[in-house]
Amino acid sequence: MDILAILGDATRAAIGPEAAIYALAAIGLNMHFGYTGLLNFGQVGFMLVGAYGVAVAVTTFSAPLWAGVLIGIALAVALALLLGIPTLRLRADYLAITTIAAGEILRYTYRSNFASPVTGGVYGLTRFADPIYAINPIPAGRYGFGQLSFSERSLWIMVISWSLVALACVLMFLLIRSPWGRVVRSVREDEDAARSLGKNVFGYRLQSLVLGGVLGAVGGMLLAVYSQAVQPDAYNPAVTFYLYTLLILGGAGRILGPVVGSVIFWFVVVCADSLLRQAIGSGLIPASLISPTEVGAVRFALVGAGLMLLMIYRPQGILGDRREMMLGDR
Amino acid sequence: MTADAGPRATRLPGVPPEPGVAKPDPILVAEGVTKTFGGLHAVQVSRLEVQRGAITALIGPNGAGKTTLFNLLTGFDRADAGRWSFEGRPLAGLPAYRTARAGMVRTFQLTKSLTLLTVLENLKLGSRQQAGERFFAALVHPLWRAREASIERLADEMLARFGLGLMRDEFAGTLSGGQRKLLELARALMVQPAMIMLDEPTAGVNPALTQSLLRHILQLRDEGMTILFVEHDMDVVMGISDWVVCMAEGRVIAEGPPASIGSNHAVIDAYLGAHHGRRGGGEG
Repeated sequence: MDILAILGDATRAAIGPEAAIYALAAIGLNMHFGYTGLLNFGQVGFMLVGAYGVAVAVTTFSAPLWAGVLIGIALAVALALLLGIPTLRLRADYLAITTIAAGEILRYTYRSNFASPVTGGVYGLTRFADPIYAINPIPAGRYGFGQLSFSERSLWIMVISWSLVALACVLMFLLIRSPWGRVVRSVREDEDAARSLGKNVFGYRLQSLVLGGVLGAVGGMLLAVYSQAVQPDAYNPAVTFYLYTLLILGGAGRILGPVVGSVIFWFVVVCADSLLRQAIGSGLIPASLISPTEVGAVRFALVGAGLMLLMIYRPQGILGDRREMMLGDR
Repeated sequence: MTADAGPRATRLPGVPPEPGVAKPDPILVAEGVTKTFGGLHAVQVSRLEVQRGAITALIGPNGAGKTTLFNLLTGFDRADAGRWSFEGRPLAGLPAYRTARAGMVRTFQLTKSLTLLTVLENLKLGSRQQAGERFFAALVHPLWRAREASIERLADEMLARFGLGLMRDEFAGTLSGGQRKLLELARALMVQPAMIMLDEPTAGVNPALTQSLLRHILQLRDEGMTILFVEHDMDVVMGISDWVVCMAEGRVIAEGPPASIGSNHAVIDAYLGAHHGRRGGGEG
C-alpha cells in the first residue's frame, strides 16, 4: 500500500477544480438552506441550466462564450423565479418538492429526443470552452510534485474557480453582516415574526433563491468549462445531496462552511476510493468481497457512515457552534 | 395581582357600554369582519372601534375568536368578508408586513423570539427605513452605516428601558419565557407603531415580571400609544385596561369600562354558561 500516493490523490482532489466548483454551488445552497431556511433539493437544476446555458449558446447558436455565461445566469434567475413565485408563500415543504421535481424535469427534458437538436440529447455537447483555454496565461506543462500535480489547463480552471469561490465568500460576508442578512436570518428563524415587523418575507426568500441559484449556475458553468462537455445525466439528484452533505459537514450558516466542507468531502471521497482500490489490488481485501467496479459505490457507503458518525458527535459541522445548534433545535 | 396604575381617570367618559359602540377618537374601526372555518363561525364582528391612546382589553372564553380576530386585522389570516381601517386608511386585504408598516404591530401568544439572532439584532430588526435591508444597498456599507448607528442607539435605549441590557449580545434563545415577552414587546416598539396588539402578554410569565410588563404597558399608554390586548387573567384586565371588549362565539357580546364588565350578564353567561347566568351566580 502506498500511503503517499493515496494522500497525494486525496489532496489533489481536495484542492482541485471539482472541490472549488462544489464549494461554489454549496455556497449558493448555504444562502438558501443555511441562512434563509429554504429547502432547495434541486440545486443541481441550477447547475444544469448554467452549464447548458453556456454549452448551447456557444455550440448550437454560435454565440460568444461571454454571452453564454450571461444566458446561463439569466436562465438561473428565470428558474428561481419560476420555482419561487408559486411556492415561497407556502410552507417550506412545497419548495422542497418542487425543486427536486424541477431538477429531474430539466434533466429529462435536456436529454430527450425532441430537445437533442439543441442540447445534444443523451450525448450532450462538447468543446465549447476553447476561448477560456485560449487565454490561459499558464505555460503548458505539469505543475506540482509526484502524485500531486496538475496540468496547465486544470491549474487555469483552479485559478478561476477558487477566485470565484473567494469572491462568493466575500459577497456572502458583506450580505450576511448587513441589515439585509439580518432580515434573511430572521426569516429563517421565524417568518411570522419577520412579517409582524413589516418585512416582506416572500420578497426576501425570492432574492435568496435567485442569488443562491445563480451561484449554483456559475458552478455548473465551471464544471462544463472544465470538462469541455455537458452531459445531462451528470446533473442527477445525487449531486444536490453531495452538496448538502458537504454543506452540513463544513457547517451550514457559516460563510466558510461550504468551502471547508467541499475540501474535506473531496479529500475523504478520493481517499476512500484510492484506499479501497489499493487494498483490493494488493489482495488485502479479496476481490470476491468487493470487485474494483464496486468501489465507486462502496466509497460513498463509507462516506455515509462517516457522516453518520459526524452527525452523532459533531452535528453542527466542522465550523458550526454547538450552542447554536442546541438553541435552534428547540 | 394589580398593577400600580395610580389614579386613573376613565379615558372614555360618556361612552355607553354597548357592543359595537362608537368611540370619540377611534384609531381602528372594523365592520362586518367574518371568518369561518368549515361550518364554524370563528369571527363575526359586526362593528368594533378601538379608542386612540387607550388600553383596550379583549377578553372572552377559549375559542371566542380573539386570536383569530387579531390574525385577521393584522393580515396574518384572510377574512371572508369585512372592512377595517386604521387611522382612516383601509387595511382589509393587505398582507401582514404592510399592516405592520402602516403602524399596527402585533405580538404572538407563543412568543416568537428569533432564537439565533442576538437580543440586539432582534431589536434592530424591528427598525424601519434601513436602506441596508435592500439587496444592492446592503453591499455598500456607507449607504447604511449612519442609519445603523442610530438604530443601535435606539435599540440600546429600548434594552435599558426593558431591563434587557445585560443580555444585549446573547442569543435570544437563551432568554427566559418572561424575558422573551419583554423582548417581543421591545422589538415591536422598534417599528414605532401607533398601535400595538398584544396576544396574551402575561401568559407564562412569573408574577414579578408580569408587574414589570404591565408597568411598561401603562407607561406606553401614557406616552400616547394605543394598546389592544388579549388577556385571560381578569386581575390584569381590571388592573390596567381603560375599556374591555368581550367576545364569545366570534361575536362582540359586551363592551364597557372594566368596572361595568364584571357585572355584565352577557359576559357572565359567556364564561359560565347561560344557566348560571340566569340564576345570577356571582362567580364571575
